[in-house]
Amino acid sequence: MWKWLTTLYHRLASPKWFYQISGLWLPWFAVVSLLFIGAGLIWGLAYAPMDYQQGNSFRIIYVHVPAAFLAQSIYVMMALAGVVLLVWKIKMADVVAQSLAPVGASMTFIALVTGAIWGVPTWGTWWMWDARLTSMLILFFLYLGVIALREALKPQDTAAKACALMAIVGVINIPIIKYSVDWWYTLHQPATFTLTEKPAMPASMWVPLLLMVIGFYAFLGWSLLLRARAEVLRREHKSGWVKDLLQRK
Amino acid sequence: MYFDSLSEFINMGGQGLYVWSSFALSLLLMAFNILLPWLKLKATRKQLARQLRREVNQQGEQA
Repeated sequence: MWKWLTTLYHRLASPKWFYQISGLWLPWFAVVSLLFIGAGLIWGLAYAPMDYQQGNSFRIIYVHVPAAFLAQSIYVMMALAGVVLLVWKIKMADVVAQSLAPVGASMTFIALVTGAIWGVPTWGTWWMWDARLTSMLILFFLYLGVIALREALKPQDTAAKACALMAIVGVINIPIIKYSVDWWYTLHQPATFTLTEKPAMPASMWVPLLLMVIGFYAFLGWSLLLRARAEVLRREHKSGWVKDLLQRK
Repeated sequence: MYFDSLSEFINMGGQGLYVWSSFALSLLLMAFNILLPWLKLKATRKQLARQLRREVNQQGEQA
């Protein structure tokens, strides 16, 4: 297993291999994400029972929770890619980091807005400077900052290093988001789901959520690979394999 | 189906606006995150292929 992982890691460092393998993976991510999100949507919207306290607005968690999961894990991935770039000087890591930023920002935006919409009927307010809400807003600005930094800096290598550094420093915000609901218990409720405990809701409610979470992760793979492939071609267009690829068509 | 009728499903006990706007926004943004990179990938391939053809033609003329 370990050997297989290190081989995969070294191969992924090669743009050519990445381009080939991502072409094979892409349709699978697309199919899995469409199937799981489709099933989760139908189940979550039409079949899951309504929450006796919140009514039907609880159904918003089927997009809010997966988006919030992704918003945070994408940031961690971006920071890890930053470490790989700075420590091992693997340029593919920067392609990945660059491709993660827009989808991460989108997920954070979805989590923030759907949370605000849900807050209106549930909390009676769409926004409060609660610790969880504020730290998620900071996450959104971190994403925007990384994107803006790359636009602003030239040459490409300098921008890559600066973005990696910013992503790594900003990762301090992730545990703050995670524990904010326990440290400052003001508005947002503590986690509904943890990996270690059985969820406190019937299966007819949490299974569609699980489907959505899997679907969202597959969607991330799909979106990430599409962006990364375009970026690999752009960066490697002078190399022989890209020329072969373009002429074959 | 949890709801008795289609109109109840759309209405969601008076919370339809909250539920449907959340889902619409999420799916729309996600669709953009597939559609835009996909168009970009196609455009990049096309543009690089054109550029390459031009280079090959220029070399041909020089030779």
